[in-house]
Amino acid sequence: MQKFDKLTGVAAPMNMINVDTDMIIPKNFLKTIKRSGLGKNLFDEMRFDREGNEKPDFVLNKPAYREAKIIVAGDNFGCGSSREHAPWALLDFGIRCVISTSFADIFYNNCFKNGILPIKVTKEQLDDLMDDAERGANATLSIDLESQTIQGPDGGKVKFEVDEFRKYLLLNGLDDIGLTLQKVDKVDSFEERQNASQPWLTVVAKV
Amino acid sequence: MSGPKTLFDKIWQNHLVEVQDDGTCLLYIDRHLVHEVTSPQAFEGLANAGRKVRRPDLTLAVPDHNVPTTDRMARIESEEGRIQVETLQKNCKDFGVPLFNLQDIRQGIVHIIGPEQGFTLPGTTTVCGDSHTATHGAFGSLAFGIGTSEVEHVLATQTLLQSPLKNMRITVEGALPNGCTAKDLVLAIIGKIGTAGGTGYVIEYAGKAIRDLTMEGRMTVCNMTIEAGARAGLVAPDETTFNYLMGRPMSPKAGAWEQAVEFWKTLPSDGGAFYDKEVTLDVSEIVPQVTWGTSPEDVAPITGTVPMPASFKVDGKPEAVQASLDYMGLTAGMAITDIPIDVVFIGSCTNGRIEDMRAAAEVAKGRKVAEGVRALVVPGSGLVKEQAEQEGLDQILLEAGFEWRDPGCSMCLAMNDDRVEPGQRCASTSNRNFKGRQGFGGRTHLVSPGMAVAAAVTGHLTDVRDL
Repeated sequence: MQKFDKLTGVAAPMNMINVDTDMIIPKNFLKTIKRSGLGKNLFDEMRFDREGNEKPDFVLNKPAYREAKIIVAGDNFGCGSSREHAPWALLDFGIRCVISTSFADIFYNNCFKNGILPIKVTKEQLDDLMDDAERGANATLSIDLESQTIQGPDGGKVKFEVDEFRKYLLLNGLDDIGLTLQKVDKVDSFEERQNASQPWLTVVAKV
Repeated sequence: MSGPKTLFDKIWQNHLVEVQDDGTCLLYIDRHLVHEVTSPQAFEGLANAGRKVRRPDLTLAVPDHNVPTTDRMARIESEEGRIQVETLQKNCKDFGVPLFNLQDIRQGIVHIIGPEQGFTLPGTTTVCGDSHTATHGAFGSLAFGIGTSEVEHVLATQTLLQSPLKNMRITVEGALPNGCTAKDLVLAIIGKIGTAGGTGYVIEYAGKAIRDLTMEGRMTVCNMTIEAGARAGLVAPDETTFNYLMGRPMSPKAGAWEQAVEFWKTLPSDGGAFYDKEVTLDVSEIVPQVTWGTSPEDVAPITGTVPMPASFKVDGKPEAVQASLDYMGLTAGMAITDIPIDVVFIGSCTNGRIEDMRAAAEVAKGRKVAEGVRALVVPGSGLVKEQAEQEGLDQILLEAGFEWRDPGCSMCLAMNDDRVEPGQRCASTSNRNFKGRQGFGGRTHLVSPGMAVAAAVTGHLTDVRDL
């Protein structure tokens, strides 16, 4: 996993609520067995018409936001399907951070597994950041995960919360499977205890 | 923690392998369901790292999202879809994971087959790379959707790193009126609390209306919990649960059965247990529910009208409603029953079980699908299909003009060839009315199976009680 420590970039404003994972990456692009290459279809139905031409009004098609690294969006971002193709598509496009007042739980988890930082802010903070983002390429945001701050183009700082363990994994770009496998003894003994108290759980019929 | 506990607290504490200093929990996973769309990258990750599947015996795989429903033996037309299914078959073989293959009568939608086989059990943790894993909560299993990285984590370690969730109880009182089903009940709940109302919570459903539901109905309710933002829904196991599970192929056998039931009876929440949030709802006065917009919270009674955007006071919602109405081609103030329908879809992990087939056939009997309406019935599994055929439901539906298909996810998300065309309007028993969900430019109205048939035979959204 790519580590995340500091990020400075253009923030694209998506001033709408309930951006769902079907919007982020429609189902016709889920038929892949790879994690890469989804960026070209990020927000596909919002970004392109049926002939594949760019819709000029969509934020990521506007000259100022084509290189955006951050998305600032309304409430309940990432709701719907659990598809990890959503963060894969964001990452592949170059988005490393999403800022919103709230995120759907599964999407929020999926971001951290892919080196993307989802940041929850208050409504007032979001309004300010949305205003900053509306100013286009002249107004970049700087994110510092270590100090948990967002710095706006005018120098104003917003402090944000992040789970300590997730922060540690992101800062170091660590694979949590490797970490868990170091605890295999604990998993072994859990299974022994459970097998003694609920033996029926391990007797699954043969397929 | 010693005081009174909720059902969720009990399951959570029973599955803690380790609690880290910062509160992150390593949670043991008892049941892992796998399908072709969200697993290839996970198996690839295992292979690249030289890792094995720790407990293939607690894992069950099935292709469902991409599969054709016209002819089970047909070749999957989309090459990418076919490669995904073949990749699942290869991965299951390489890693020793049990698979219900396409030709197996037990094949079906992943959330239909788990309960059907008795793979889903009370007091367990169940996960799948699919948000509708919430379905299995109907059995008092803590069941939630995960991403592909987490699928890989479970395959490798049989555990997941999770932060504790909060407890919400939704108490549903009253008896469901005639013409109203579990689907109407859960749509009414989502309409009330919104699509983010459950974010960060596990929702325990309680009250008379829930107790009175069959397992099929409880599954419909828990299934759509994710549409209210909660990753998991729960119903305490009771006699209805035990009766459903007894004798299922993977349920505990003989001596173990009694021991299991004794344990399951200890699971319901203790009196005085703490809930971070409580919601109550009386369903004795509700009418059949339908969605008019592009978010599952956009719910109205069938007797109602399409709402005015300005009537919403939540920040950002009036704009979202206007965008919804533009997309849906609807005018604020029009009667819901004036909305014409082109396509009807009956099926999905929400409403693809035998009871749903019966409910559809009951309304369809002696009626005909209206001219110009295309109507599909897609049973949730090969076994549901077989049972429906034994009961003669397929004949009733075929005579009424419905198509009777092979099992799969089908038009719920249109990853196979079953899709709603641009501008068409579908009355669907599925779970999501997002833009383009059922096909690019398609418009979805979520309803119960009986309401879907009512729309099919009249050609517009119709109150099933008026037929």
